[in-house]
Amino acid sequence: MLRYLLRKLLIYALTFVVAVTIDWSIPHLMPGNPVLTLMGRIQIQDPRVAQHVYASYMRSFNLDLPLWKQYYYFWVSLLHGDLGTSILQFPAPVSSIILHAVPYTLGLLIPATLLSWYVGNKLGALAARRKVLDNTLLPFGYLLTATPYMWLAILMSFVFAVTLQWLPVGFAYDPTAGRGWSLAFGYDLFRHWLLPFLSLFLVACGGWAIGMRNLIIYELESDYAHYLESLGAPRKLVRKYAFRNALLPQITGLALALGAVIAGALVTEIVFSYPGLGYQIYRAITNEDYFVIQGIFLFIIVGVLIANFVVDIVYMIVDPRTRIGMQEGGQA
Amino acid sequence: MSVPGRMSVSTATKDVAADVAVALPAPVEERPASGLRETLYFAARNKKLVFGLAVTLSMLAIAIVGPYIARHPPLEYGGQLSVPPTTRDGYWLGTTLLGQDVFAQFVTGVRMAFVVGALGGGIAAIIGMVVGFTAGYRGGIVDELLNMVTNVVLVIPTFALLLVIAAYLQVRGIMTEAIFIGLTSWPWAARAVRAQTFSLTSRDFVSLARLSGESSWKIIFKEIAPNMSSYLFMMFILLFGGAILIAATLDFIGLGPSNTISLGMMMQLSVQNAALQLHLWWWFLPPGLAIMLIVGSLYVMNVGLDEVFNPRLRSM
Repeated sequence: MLRYLLRKLLIYALTFVVAVTIDWSIPHLMPGNPVLTLMGRIQIQDPRVAQHVYASYMRSFNLDLPLWKQYYYFWVSLLHGDLGTSILQFPAPVSSIILHAVPYTLGLLIPATLLSWYVGNKLGALAARRKVLDNTLLPFGYLLTATPYMWLAILMSFVFAVTLQWLPVGFAYDPTAGRGWSLAFGYDLFRHWLLPFLSLFLVACGGWAIGMRNLIIYELESDYAHYLESLGAPRKLVRKYAFRNALLPQITGLALALGAVIAGALVTEIVFSYPGLGYQIYRAITNEDYFVIQGIFLFIIVGVLIANFVVDIVYMIVDPRTRIGMQEGGQA
Repeated sequence: MSVPGRMSVSTATKDVAADVAVALPAPVEERPASGLRETLYFAARNKKLVFGLAVTLSMLAIAIVGPYIARHPPLEYGGQLSVPPTTRDGYWLGTTLLGQDVFAQFVTGVRMAFVVGALGGGIAAIIGMVVGFTAGYRGGIVDELLNMVTNVVLVIPTFALLLVIAAYLQVRGIMTEAIFIGLTSWPWAARAVRAQTFSLTSRDFVSLARLSGESSWKIIFKEIAPNMSSYLFMMFILLFGGAILIAATLDFIGLGPSNTISLGMMMQLSVQNAALQLHLWWWFLPPGLAIMLIVGSLYVMNVGLDEVFNPRLRSM
């Protein structure tokens, strides 16, 4: 068991190092002096700001030092939580921009991921080998899982916010209303949260339902299921066992699908101008605010690694074989 | 991982799972030589396969023929502004807020989607096969090392990685985009191929080939790969669809190709120019619908293929 966890941790540590190295090397790999390129592209009017930005760039890139020292200092400032300074929102540090945006993204991402996983698996298990349900649910599931996240968000926004005007078109709360911790503000937050949440939830749900349906069919065709049936076990019991076994790969799948759901959350936020990481990254990209992009990249990596580790632990609790070391479980 | 993660819930997880914890039966088919006719017979009778193939082919037809039918270059600002779909002047899908031909953009975008899917999916499939075959056939330390690399790439969210790379590229083309997508979305394919190769390597016919002194790559290509060809094909289809979805997401976030138009960019521009508030539905509905149809039909086709190749799934 310890071996299993250590192995996992080793892979995650390695991944983190690789990610940080990529993050550091991409600007260095591009031809020319990255600082001059960046300065040429952002065109700051105020010379004082320009000077400050230039100095901050020079400091973060440490171009006058040998390469290994540049790399070393990159790690030092990273471990001090220094991700550089934003140009667009000068002089806000990137880390504070990220910290302000994160609650919105997590507030969308965590409920959407967990609920879609739960509901999708239940629906998929229900539909497998039941002709009527299967024939209605399955095509729908395929359409949903093939839908680009932003398009469903666009549709939802167009139908429910713009045309029917049931829910607000964008942002996380009504800026004209008061912001205290009141019931009215909570309701306002909820109304703004609902549409982005629903569009994320629906697309993700389709994928889980299909996955579960296929897994259950595989399980129902396996030897132990046939054996149980031939012993005269009730169909319901066989399905229950099939569901439990099919759940294991779906737990692993949760870790694997995380990247896709995060990408989905980012674009959904853009559609709804929801002030999370996606919205920040969109602003950063359209304004060429590179430190913000790089900072969010590292932040997402760390988040994914933590989530993976949580999934590993859950997997260890659910599947006893990983505990006694019979098999290397999880995804490694 | 990124969008392939979502795909992996259909066919891939099944084998990621077989690889790891649950001893799922690996769907390896061993058809007799006369199996081709039988396969075709079941293929033609499989509604999912026929339907999926029909939709995919019609979208492909749009991608090939469409740009020749369009009367205006996709990026030209020529027409009247915000015209709804009309038969006049060839603006069959209307114009954008800036007077561009939506039909021309749409068909170009569909073509680009197929280019990205084929190239990105193709590259990912090749890397996945090379890594998977090598790891599964060689085993031992090679397997350990490749597994480590695969796991590292698997855990890094592809999309976030592409974000940083694309942001720093000054000139972005559709080819670069496809290549980068291919270079980052192979890990689950490699795992799936590895698991299949692993189970085939222990078969008698492979041992026999080894005894007769054939080279490793010859055994892989002549003995192992043909026995999982259907599986490899289905993997390519999933990678194809996944690449299209990743590209659309990247384009939507503002990192699309700088010299042409794509479906994701159409959606981005429409949202940016308040097409929703202005009710310019002909601008933002077609691109998403096209992606949904292409990717959805590919997935449905994939299930159909699975049923054709795997008799145990047929009995419905």
